[in-house]
Amino acid sequence: MNHIWDFHGGIHPLENKTQSLSKAIVTAPIAPQLTLPLSQHIGAPAKAIVQVGDYVLKGQCIAEAVGPVSVPLHAPTSGTVIAIEQRTIPHASGLEDNCIVIETNGKDEWRARNPIADYTQLDKSMLIKIISDAGISGMGGAGFPTSIKLNTRDDTSIDTLILNATECEPYITADHSLMREYADEIASGVAILAKIIKPTKILFGIEDNKLDVVEGISAALAKHDFAVLTGLATEAEVITFPTKYPSGGEKQLIQILTGKEVPSGGLPAQLGIVCQNIGTAVAIHNAVCLDEPLISRITTVTGDAVNQPCNYHTLLGTPVEFLLAQSDYQENQSARLIMGGPMMGFALANTAVPVIKTSNCILAPTEQELPTPPPAQACIRCGMCAEACPASLLPQQLYWFAQGKELDKLEEHNIADCIECGACSYVCPSNIPLVQYYRASKVDIKQRKVDHQNAELAKERFDARQERLQRLEDEKIAARQARQAAAKLAAEKRGKEDVKSAAVEAAVERVKAKKAKGAQESTGSPETKEKENQANIIATESDDPIARAVAKRAAQQAEDAANPENKLVRAVASAEQRVSKSQTRVVDAEANNDENLALFKQAAEKAEAKLTSAQQALIDFRAQNSAQE
Amino acid sequence: MIELISQHPFIAALLALLTLGLVFGATLGFGAVKFAVEGDPIVDQINAILPQTQCGQCGYPGCKPYAEAIANGDAINKCPPGGEAGIHELANLLDVEPVALDDEHGVEDIKKVAYIREDECIGCTKCIQACPIDAILGAAKLMHTVIVSECTGCDLCVEPCPVDCIDMIPVATGTSAWKWEIPDRDPSHNANIIVTDNTNNQNGHAA
Repeated sequence: MNHIWDFHGGIHPLENKTQSLSKAIVTAPIAPQLTLPLSQHIGAPAKAIVQVGDYVLKGQCIAEAVGPVSVPLHAPTSGTVIAIEQRTIPHASGLEDNCIVIETNGKDEWRARNPIADYTQLDKSMLIKIISDAGISGMGGAGFPTSIKLNTRDDTSIDTLILNATECEPYITADHSLMREYADEIASGVAILAKIIKPTKILFGIEDNKLDVVEGISAALAKHDFAVLTGLATEAEVITFPTKYPSGGEKQLIQILTGKEVPSGGLPAQLGIVCQNIGTAVAIHNAVCLDEPLISRITTVTGDAVNQPCNYHTLLGTPVEFLLAQSDYQENQSARLIMGGPMMGFALANTAVPVIKTSNCILAPTEQELPTPPPAQACIRCGMCAEACPASLLPQQLYWFAQGKELDKLEEHNIADCIECGACSYVCPSNIPLVQYYRASKVDIKQRKVDHQNAELAKERFDARQERLQRLEDEKIAARQARQAAAKLAAEKRGKEDVKSAAVEAAVERVKAKKAKGAQESTGSPETKEKENQANIIATESDDPIARAVAKRAAQQAEDAANPENKLVRAVASAEQRVSKSQTRVVDAEANNDENLALFKQAAEKAEAKLTSAQQALIDFRAQNSAQE
Repeated sequence: MIELISQHPFIAALLALLTLGLVFGATLGFGAVKFAVEGDPIVDQINAILPQTQCGQCGYPGCKPYAEAIANGDAINKCPPGGEAGIHELANLLDVEPVALDDEHGVEDIKKVAYIREDECIGCTKCIQACPIDAILGAAKLMHTVIVSECTGCDLCVEPCPVDCIDMIPVATGTSAWKWEIPDRDPSHNANIIVTDNTNNQNGHAA
């Protein structure tokens, strides 16, 4: 016999398994209505592909998987889709979720089935596709899509396949009865699993409270030659070990059978181990060998409030109340209704909720059987919870941190490794519902991570927006500055002209002022001379010819005003020039026989007359001046 | 050397201390230049804790300015979206006592997102301008809509809407968002909690 190990902690609650084992598995009749939640597994909910009013056949796909972590859903029997709506689902929250409701017609009419004659000819990916299309998710309780668990990466070699037939929780006997009656199907499923993951070892773990099935399982397994299937020297072995809760936990079972501990936050695949529930093995057998998708399961109905506790082979979607009625349920005796076992199950909000892929048990205990918990007392720090914890955590510490909402401390104390088995609450002498604190805190931690991610995203978007606004603002400022620069340049150009005309005006102004002054004091003061010089400077220095001319004239005028004789002298000079010019013109005209000769002569005469008058004016002025002196 | 120490122990000690002082001073001075930290790292740490809703309920124009204010000694209890958890985290980071949320700045509320009643929207773009994280799509005279997955529920788009067509709707809590509550001491509230076999210890005992 293979060596077995033990894991830390664990408890021995009253088993209460015999009640439901007295009878063989009963095939439950078809309920008039089946309610199929779109999310019966871990991962994204499936998407309905039927419409209200559609007629569906047994085994027909009614909802397809969305994304990689999801499984499809199939009609458990033939009938009509009468609603796709929110219905209360079997969940601890008692919330509603999307469900497909089928009104059954009792014909149980199958869709066309094409079973594969010899699955050994198929390769791994095709087998996994069949399993995935059959909507198979873990039947043990968590409901993780089986195809993902089997689709191990090529670089991780799996050497051990573990079949979990532990069923450690009290009351539940679904797997036990499955092994009693479906040993061949289980063995066939194991063979398919072996074909897919090619292990060198197949370990079939059974608690020693189910020794009656060991022989049957061993015989069924012996019918398959695993070495041929895997091409390796694979051997299957049924291993029994002492009953202890929670040895059915994946990590605990691995430790019992192999002595290896799955690292914190790690997966069994890291150790080269894949663990599957035997219910899943049967579902795989049905999918591959019979082309029947996962549409039914074995569910235990037990508890003192039902008179005929037994295991039902029931269609998924069957209302809990329908199953209870089959077992002669005494509603007045029932304290509450629990889906799952007494340790990890949850109370049902109402009896209309359906059986889903993970529903292994419906427990209807009386008040005497499972009394309402007494009030929680203060923690007395006895440390029993730490002794019972199968994950070797410190439940007492976690309890304080959970109360104080110290999420960081909780994480540091590895709350993520808590499997929520409830052993700590079970042993607590103060009746503190410890596991509830951890369940709540685990969700808080998850939520905080999501919040931080969202905050990070929001921050990114906020920063991007700020950057964009800043950029737009900068562009605006840059555009304004460019406009300003252009305007300045234009103004400078204009400004130069302004300066010139201003200089001219100033000069004119000064001249006017001087004239006015000159009337009083006839001779120019040194001041006025200076101004004249300025005007002259402008006249000579300015670029603009017009300005220069204007300034020059202004300067001359100013000069004339200061000294009137100059003007007369200049007038005489210019008159003389004109006379000589006009005479030259007359001479030229005579030589050329110009027709304008007469006009030229006239002009010459006029010029001479002007010269005479100018000379006369000068003489007069001088005479006047000398007379004044 | 030994002579000097034995002859003038005081001066020797003084020299030794002076030398040490110079060496350490030089090291620290070099370190200060070499490993100089740009900006205020505590502001970033605080900012990382704040929920980044940019709602301005704290009285500052965004989370970063509030983070700066906290770094400069402002109270840590002005952020309603961050809630009690946020205050706890800030208190942990800054090593101060956690205080209750300041009601003056609002109360902790369930997460909501903005929803535009689209047939009433006139396409004025006012909400788009108000949204601090660009979570509203639309163009002038065209219908606007909120990207729900991006909306932080800051509420800032509600006020500017001239036709009042924006509602703040609580985020739907499906089974994935549902969580167990921390149990309270009243057992009647814990009626849904299983794991109760231990009460009479029906032959059960700890391992």
